[in-house]
Amino acid sequence: MASRVLGTALFRSGFTVQDAPKYGAERRGAPIFSTVRAARGTAINERGVIHNPDLVVVADDTLLTVPAAGILQGLEQGAVVLVNSRESAETWQHRLNLDVQLVILPAAAEVEDRAELPHIGATCAGAAASLLGVIAPDVLAAAIGEELAGLGELVVEQNRRNALAAYRAVQDKKGLVREGKAVAAGDYTPPAWVELSVDDVGIAAPDVRAVANSVQVRTGLWRTLRPTIDYDHCVNCWWVCSSLCPDSAIRVENNTPIIDYDHCKGCMICVGVCPPHAIQGEPEYLAQQREAQSADTGAGDNNGTDTADG
Amino acid sequence: MEPILLTGNAAAAWGARLAGVDYVPAFPITPQTEIIETLGAWLDSGAMPGRMVTLESEHSMLTAAGAAAATGVRVFSATSSQGLLHAMEMLYTVAGWRAPFVLVNVSRGLSAPITLEADHNDVLAARDSGFLQIHCTDCQEVVDSVLLAYRLAEDTAVRLPVMVNLDGFYLSFTREPVRLPDLAAAREFLPPFDPGSMRFAASAPQSQAVAVLGGSPYSYFRYETHLAARNAISVYQRIAAEFESRFGRERGAVEAYRCDDADIVFFMIGSFASKAREAVDRLREAGRRVGLLRPRLLRPYPAEIIASALLGVRGVAVVDQNISMGQGGVLHTELAAALYGRGSAPAILTSFIGGLGGREIAPQEFFEMAEVTFRAVDEGRSPPPRLLYTETELRELRKLQSVALAEREQTSPAGRATP
Ligand code: SF4
Ligand code: SF4
Repeated sequence: MASRVLGTALFRSGFTVQDAPKYGAERRGAPIFSTVRAARGTAINERGVIHNPDLVVVADDTLLTVPAAGILQGLEQGAVVLVNSRESAETWQHRLNLDVQLVILPAAAEVEDRAELPHIGATCAGAAASLLGVIAPDVLAAAIGEELAGLGELVVEQNRRNALAAYRAVQDKKGLVREGKAVAAGDYTPPAWVELSVDDVGIAAPDVRAVANSVQVRTGLWRTLRPTIDYDHCVNCWWVCSSLCPDSAIRVENNTPIIDYDHCKGCMICVGVCPPHAIQGEPEYLAQQREAQSADTGAGDNNGTDTADG
Repeated sequence: MEPILLTGNAAAAWGARLAGVDYVPAFPITPQTEIIETLGAWLDSGAMPGRMVTLESEHSMLTAAGAAAATGVRVFSATSSQGLLHAMEMLYTVAGWRAPFVLVNVSRGLSAPITLEADHNDVLAARDSGFLQIHCTDCQEVVDSVLLAYRLAEDTAVRLPVMVNLDGFYLSFTREPVRLPDLAAAREFLPPFDPGSMRFAASAPQSQAVAVLGGSPYSYFRYETHLAARNAISVYQRIAAEFESRFGRERGAVEAYRCDDADIVFFMIGSFASKAREAVDRLREAGRRVGLLRPRLLRPYPAEIIASALLGVRGVAVVDQNISMGQGGVLHTELAAALYGRGSAPAILTSFIGGLGGREIAPQEFFEMAEVTFRAVDEGRSPPPRLLYTETELRELRKLQSVALAEREQTSPAGRATP
């Protein structure tokens, strides 16, 4: 979303623009990247990853230290890194030890999980627009209106407010980002190409041979909806929910279905198929709130949980 | 019209909308789904007339598309990768019916291992099916090519289905400035489908595509399809010239970028070809006479046009974003076949496999491919094919393998037994 707002704002400011998101499997918590290229007048022929970005915007600072995220790759001297973080620029400078210009985004809202900061996309886009120095605030506001129109005026307004606040918050660094140059063909570092050897099929085939490792991946963390079995209504037919769960996350002991919450992804199929409507669905966060409360008060809440084991 | 920012998928949907399609059989698959979602929303809101039906698989989707086209309505559909392969039986069948319609394929590497990002083994698997193929490099070309594809498919000298190919992610989800032709201009260029004798009425059933026993009638029908596909080269060139005079955009069967005085050229298809265009500009700045030759039309194969564009060129760096197991790059093989025996052909063809599964090709790699080809021209000998793969990539891969191995040994008694 941030990249589309920024792309549209640059486009409305007279630039040729190319923007693109890039993500892997669709699931909660997976890192998402996006890129924006802007040029004056000319068509943009480069595409894909930006090898030497002039500005990197990091919405979630925990990604900075994930090597697979590759956020810090290709940063050249003088590049700007904008980080949404509670830590100071000095702290990150010390940790990363890079010759770049670090700007901390003082995002206003304090939330438990900063990856879920409300309106973070627009907020990042607002600060980035300021750092680029070529986008006027009203153009930024119009771009947010254009990109979020489908979500209603209220959402547009909230995002605008946050984006413009972020725009002003880093205004003292307006125009900090400098325009990068294309890589010259006269003087370049040749790629270190290698010849691949013929490896033993035991490692050269992309097959999973290890046993039991999928059990260790707690895919239940991806769940946004939680099914709960109400054992007062379950007629112990035993097979409907357990055989139709696509994740094999319902096992049966003594004709009693038990949901494995470490691996239930919350597809709600079991909720739909249970003949006596014994399985309820609710948002995961509400279920977690309820659990936290009952843990506080010391009350038990075992419906459909693994405690039915014993 | 002023340009607007559109993804390749949105551009494909706009192509179908501007073409005034009657029927859209659909089945979702990443990275194509946005196309049918966009069309679905328009059909639902009444922004465009027509009918969409979601089928239970790509195989059924292609059957529905071919059957509908054979009754004389204008049909559009879209798929990708595994979906295209699932429909493979019907690709051959509906092309054999000579059913004219447009299928957009959003290229994505094939399983196994399963992936989401672009390469061309999916669309090249359909190379021999009888579908014609137009390959796009940017989002503007996507909307233009869909309109061109209908003209080509429906031409009575062709009457074959046409596939328009765009790369997953690099075009499908990438927004670029696109000028949409206005509806009236699009309609003038592409009038409603005139199916001639291809009609269907429930009161007057017809049969077509009967079984043939014996090779003789079979050979006849198959070769007729081939001849129709060969016809499509000149038909395409005529349509593209008309398109250019109406809309001002060159869309010929082959793009020749800065090839006129070039010593060597890159030869490739797809979205990465624009990266090659960029590299050509940089190499020209450094005083190297390099160009880019890019077939938009890959089926039929415009061999004569390619050969004449290569007159005076000394070396060709063929970049294949695909691999034919046990042979190598498909474009390299086909180019060699098209040039063999022509006295005027470039002496050197170098072969590079790059961009598999969406793997990046860096600017420095384009420069180096040019250097390798210049050297080969000087030495008068083509080097062996080369996979674009760096030491760093191999190190990262070895790391993943060692993690996988350690895990295997830890958790699997069987794993311990294997060396
Ligand atoms: S389908 Fe419903 S009734 Fe049957 S075992 Fe599951 S929860 Fe119980
Ligand atoms: S919600 Fe889906 S994954 Fe979870 S237990 Fe029910 S059927 Fe299985």
